[in-house]
Amino acid sequence: MRKTVFKGTALPLLLLAPQLVITAIFFLWPAGAAIWQSLLQEDPWGMSSQFVGIRNFTEVLAEPEWRGAAYNTLIFSTAVAVLAMGTALFLAVQADKSIRGANIYRTLLIWPYAVAPAVAAVLWLFLFHPSIGLVGRALNEAGIAWDYKLNGNQAMLLIIVAAAWKQVSYNFIFFLAGLQSIPRAVLEAAAIDGAKPVRRFWTIILPLLSPTAFFLLVVNLVYAFFDTFGVIHALTGGGPGKATETLIYKVYVEGVQNVNLGSSSAQSVILMILVIALTAVQFRFIERKVHY
Amino acid sequence: MASLEVTGLTKSFGPTHVLHGIDLAVEDGEMIVIVGASGCGKSTLLRIVAGLETATSGSIRIAGREVTALEPAERDIAMVFQNYALYPHMTVEQNMAYGLKIRGLPKAEIARRVAEAAGLLGIEALLTRRPRQLSGGQRQRVAMGRAIVREPKLFLFDEPLSNLDAKLRVQMRAEIRRLQRRLGVTSLFVTHDQTEAMTLGDRLVVMHAGHAAQIATPMEIWARPADTYVAGFIGSPAMNFLSGTLVEGGHAVALKAGPVLRFADGPRAGGAGRPLTIGIRPEHMDLAEGGIPMPLDLVEPLGSETVLHGKLPSGEALVVKLAGPAPDAPSLPVAFPAAALHVFDGETGKRLDP
Repeated sequence: MRKTVFKGTALPLLLLAPQLVITAIFFLWPAGAAIWQSLLQEDPWGMSSQFVGIRNFTEVLAEPEWRGAAYNTLIFSTAVAVLAMGTALFLAVQADKSIRGANIYRTLLIWPYAVAPAVAAVLWLFLFHPSIGLVGRALNEAGIAWDYKLNGNQAMLLIIVAAAWKQVSYNFIFFLAGLQSIPRAVLEAAAIDGAKPVRRFWTIILPLLSPTAFFLLVVNLVYAFFDTFGVIHALTGGGPGKATETLIYKVYVEGVQNVNLGSSSAQSVILMILVIALTAVQFRFIERKVHY
Repeated sequence: MASLEVTGLTKSFGPTHVLHGIDLAVEDGEMIVIVGASGCGKSTLLRIVAGLETATSGSIRIAGREVTALEPAERDIAMVFQNYALYPHMTVEQNMAYGLKIRGLPKAEIARRVAEAAGLLGIEALLTRRPRQLSGGQRQRVAMGRAIVREPKLFLFDEPLSNLDAKLRVQMRAEIRRLQRRLGVTSLFVTHDQTEAMTLGDRLVVMHAGHAAQIATPMEIWARPADTYVAGFIGSPAMNFLSGTLVEGGHAVALKAGPVLRFADGPRAGGAGRPLTIGIRPEHMDLAEGGIPMPLDLVEPLGSETVLHGKLPSGEALVVKLAGPAPDAPSLPVAFPAAALHVFDGETGKRLDP
């Protein structure tokens, strides 16, 4: 690589400016504002505000509603990660085989990733709505009482499936790339050693995919924490009751509906800390543990 | 330990024919080296024997048992790969034990076999390491160990030495040969390196464009190559080829380069003017007073010997290998000893015997 040495600092700063400005305006400023806001108590009309230190945080952590949302998030994100990764791995293993039309198959599997969350949610709504949804109606006609607008568990199930469906494509790409980077000869050696396909999968392929899987686990958890707002908002709106209110959804409810900006900001900051922790774990783990 | 019979084996990938009917019988305990240039089908042949590719037609029998349609796992073979193909996430010990565990051997038996193979290969100290912590030579040994512990009927080697540096390659070559003799396991060894082929094989299969051009012992292939391809492939520097025509009566050849050479071993069939290719190894050429003058364009002194490159008056290139240093001259007279001539058909390239 050629190294260019600039004289002075004006030109390099100018060249870096677009990236720095974007980072500052769209990332650092809002994050900073959220942190500052989380330390204030403000009236709903924004006329006055008062510095209250960490009181917003202590109140949030003590709130039963927040704990309920945290529990929902735990269930939701675990289920989304497991479902999205499991499905993606299965599909990737199938697509890795030399089958006719493999490229078309692979391309099709990547499509859902391009669908906007709200659109995806509407799609699932038209499938599972109890009175206008194709599957929803069929279920009710078959005698299964399906109404995710009344049944909290069904609502949770629906947003899990919808959120996972959107993430399968992403996981699929990474798993497929991971599978293709396993040397053919290693699998052949295992075949000659007497391992049948299922055994090869569990003892050779899966361990060799574990770095990819770990990376995806973190990405999926972060996705389930943050990027699923659109799906939840369009499908259940956090309901029925608070059955599908996750932490990110509660941030929205608290800030936009209840106009409790201090509490909402404090919840955002807690989420921020969570994701920073997850990322830190990922970097440390990948540096240390991953050796093939 | 077992015999291997390959009968009428062909392989096509779509319209491309890779193997055109290979017949090969390997006896119990024999080491067969399959040698040929890249793309000649040698690796495909080995992979079909392993069961990693399916044959288009023909059959394979190991120890008299038909295995053509069986999975690799059911053939009771072990293979050493070019890039070793060790399991990266397992220790050396686990790598070696993997196949035995799958076969459900008792723990004590697995431990005994692994220890024995490790001792044989001198890798006892490496058992707890992972492949990435090993050098190329050590990985090679582990790959060998993984094959040995299985005590298979057949060893398959797919160019196992080509990723090693030159010195290590010579050392591992000798080691593989000793080991194979000691264990007495029937082996197929694929290589593109003729030195490896000559030193390792009880017999060689010289492959050319999907055919087995010749199957014979190394010395026989060297002394009586079946065609010009084999003759040019085995031996270093490669055999010289000169074109000529048969003389009336078949007792001699008139070289395009000038001289008429009389065959030492008897007349060849065919009428006068039959096109011939005469082969002569560089080390069999002589310098002699009254020979054909050959202007030199390159002299390679190798210490114990000297390799001379020149062009005959006919324009044909000629290589001469001399024992000891060469006289310092821009042109040297060369002679063709009659006893060292190989006679091939000028059109088909097949060997012509008296």
